Amino acid sequence: MSISRRKFLGLIGSAGVGTAVSNSVFAASNKHFTGYPESFAVLHDSVRCVGCRQCEEACNKVNDLPEPDQPFSDASVLDKKRRTTAKAYTVVNRHDRAKDGIAPVFNKTQCNHCLEPACASACFVKAFKKTKTGAVTYDASVCVGCRYCMMACPFDIPAYEYDNALSPKVVKCTMCQPRILEGKLPGCVESCPREALVFGKRDDLIKIARNRIARYPKNYVDHIYGEHEMGGTSWMYLSGVAFQKIGMREDLGIKPAPELTSGALSVVPMVAALWPVLLTGVYAITKRKEKIENEEKNQAVNSAIKATKAVAELKIGEALAKAEKEQEEIVEKAVKSAVDNAVKANTEEAA
Amino acid sequence: MDEIAIIAPEKRLFTPFNIVSGIIVLMGLIITVIRFTKGLGAVTNLSDYNPWGIWIGFDLLVGVALAAGGYVTSAAVYIFGLKRFHFAVRPAVLTGFLGYLFVVIALTYDVGRPWRLPYPFIMQSGTTSLLFEVAACVSLYLTVLFLEFSPAALEWLGLKKARKLAVNLTIVLTIFGVILSTLHQSSLGALFLIAPSKLHPLWYSPYLPVFFFISSIVAGLSMVIFESSLSSRFFIDKMDSAHIAGKDQLILGFGKAASVVLAGYFAIKVIGVSAGDNWHLLATPYGIWFLVELLGFVALPCLLYAIGVRDRNLKLIKWTSLLAVLGIILNRFNVSLVAFNWHLPSNERYFPHWMEIGISLFIVTLGILVFRFIVTRMPIFYEHPDYPEEH
Repeated sequence: MSISRRKFLGLIGSAGVGTAVSNSVFAASNKHFTGYPESFAVLHDSVRCVGCRQCEEACNKVNDLPEPDQPFSDASVLDKKRRTTAKAYTVVNRHDRAKDGIAPVFNKTQCNHCLEPACASACFVKAFKKTKTGAVTYDASVCVGCRYCMMACPFDIPAYEYDNALSPKVVKCTMCQPRILEGKLPGCVESCPREALVFGKRDDLIKIARNRIARYPKNYVDHIYGEHEMGGTSWMYLSGVAFQKIGMREDLGIKPAPELTSGALSVVPMVAALWPVLLTGVYAITKRKEKIENEEKNQAVNSAIKATKAVAELKIGEALAKAEKEQEEIVEKAVKSAVDNAVKANTEEAA
Repeated sequence: MDEIAIIAPEKRLFTPFNIVSGIIVLMGLIITVIRFTKGLGAVTNLSDYNPWGIWIGFDLLVGVALAAGGYVTSAAVYIFGLKRFHFAVRPAVLTGFLGYLFVVIALTYDVGRPWRLPYPFIMQSGTTSLLFEVAACVSLYLTVLFLEFSPAALEWLGLKKARKLAVNLTIVLTIFGVILSTLHQSSLGALFLIAPSKLHPLWYSPYLPVFFFISSIVAGLSMVIFESSLSSRFFIDKMDSAHIAGKDQLILGFGKAASVVLAGYFAIKVIGVSAGDNWHLLATPYGIWFLVELLGFVALPCLLYAIGVRDRNLKLIKWTSLLAVLGIILNRFNVSLVAFNWHLPSNERYFPHWMEIGISLFIVTLGILVFRFIVTRMPIFYEHPDYPEEH
């Protein structure tokens, strides 16, 4: 495979700048993202839900999922707490409220289609996308199967095909995106006999929900779950009891997931830019220190040599002078004795 | 005949080490077949609630941290000019290289479609993902480590020109290596930033990236000490005089550095608790476990290193390095497994399947076997006679 120069530059650019200007997830932005305008959503009113599980059955049919172990009409399934799996995009759980003196409450679980999804922010191949219709879609054709989306999802929704050896997928509710594009309702919404599920524009649904709470304040907790949780979701809930009591976390906060990591990501270009400067500086200082040390050493050695040489020369000079003097003396002596001898010989001859 | 005996002294095939590692390799191969024919579900206890097990917690998080000796040692020697530890660079770079190589090999078991691992770079890049940063830095750093290691292999192969080229790159590679290590060591911690609702507040902190980076320095220093004491036990016959003469100085020097960095790490961990105002959680069972980690595996090794250096007690420093290494393993396990999903009821929590442990053991064994293969053949613990003193 060859990569053109343009594509290569694009890759480099996407690695660095991409973190700051990505538009699929609104990380590291000072804008408050409130969702795509006119996007769709679903409101689940657990006060109306009777746990008939027709939504589960419809979901199964619409998405061509394998038959469940127990038929959908078997109510004993509700005795156990269940979660979404690779074979069930949505599950209804029964929460017994006998302690509160009320009938059991049923709650439906599926992907909440966050406005700024943790899965999309976490995915390193952009397999998840928040679409303008409101659905968070998944593209299995690029998925590597790292399962970081499952780690990231605060609602524990994505499931995985652990039994598939070579082409496992991450699996979650699609909000019936293909049906929405056709102008149809999501399977579960269409099948609900109690209108516990309402599909519509998110803004409208919030108004409907507020309206219900206002009209029946005794029946509802004054909170629309999903309006602000994790920055807001496209699947929202009404409840007659505290949401925590029907298996929903109330400690998630309202910060969208991408904001949790944007700080760490924004440090990347800083490290990449400043570390080389700092390290090269340290290296240069170390080198210079070594150089100066070497120079000083050389200098010291040189001057030591010079000093020794000078002393040696002096000594040699002295020795030479002394030797010369001695030599002269010897010569003088020899000459003197020769002269003396000659004089002696002369006088002897003369005598 | 005699000459051959001198060059290759009798090599026994059935040593206890070879038998044990042979069994592990065989077991690893069998599990490999099961993994790639029956899927992750057949060999792991992973679930929809617990998508990451020890193949991420140990093979990736611990593996990368313990392979930090490469960048720590080469930075100390080439950038900070601690030339007297030059002999330690090659063993450290080799272990770093093998560490990362086997991290990547281990990942092919864990991800669903391993041949797609290059997808983030060739298909589409999820640049908002910390995992993208990890993937980019790890793959680049693996390349850097390969190049840093290559002079030893090229000397072995006798390719002088290529070796010269590789040696000339040393300082650039070292700086590049430190940048990449800073980024991915820290982003391994940052991976967990996205899940504040799942990780226990004592371990969750906006400082997670800093914790991971600083502790990787401790891991690098401690692993160099630990390996050096193991190597001088098993490969002393391969070492040249510079290596043997310098290794005690190395242990003292690195022990001193590790003590200082551990003290800093202890301080920022305490700041982390304080910044999150989580003091009240220390009295809970998770809090006690947190204190075990902080006091037993951070404060204690910090103190023991300091005492060891003061008394020039090499034995104490060596044992402390083991304690510090265990501390890193404990920390990575706590973040990724023990304190993760702490809110779930116990029947929904994760405990590794024996086959998962088997694969981790298999990968570590392969790493040790390759290490042994290389150090018995290439100039790692000694200088190649053709290239004296020219690094």
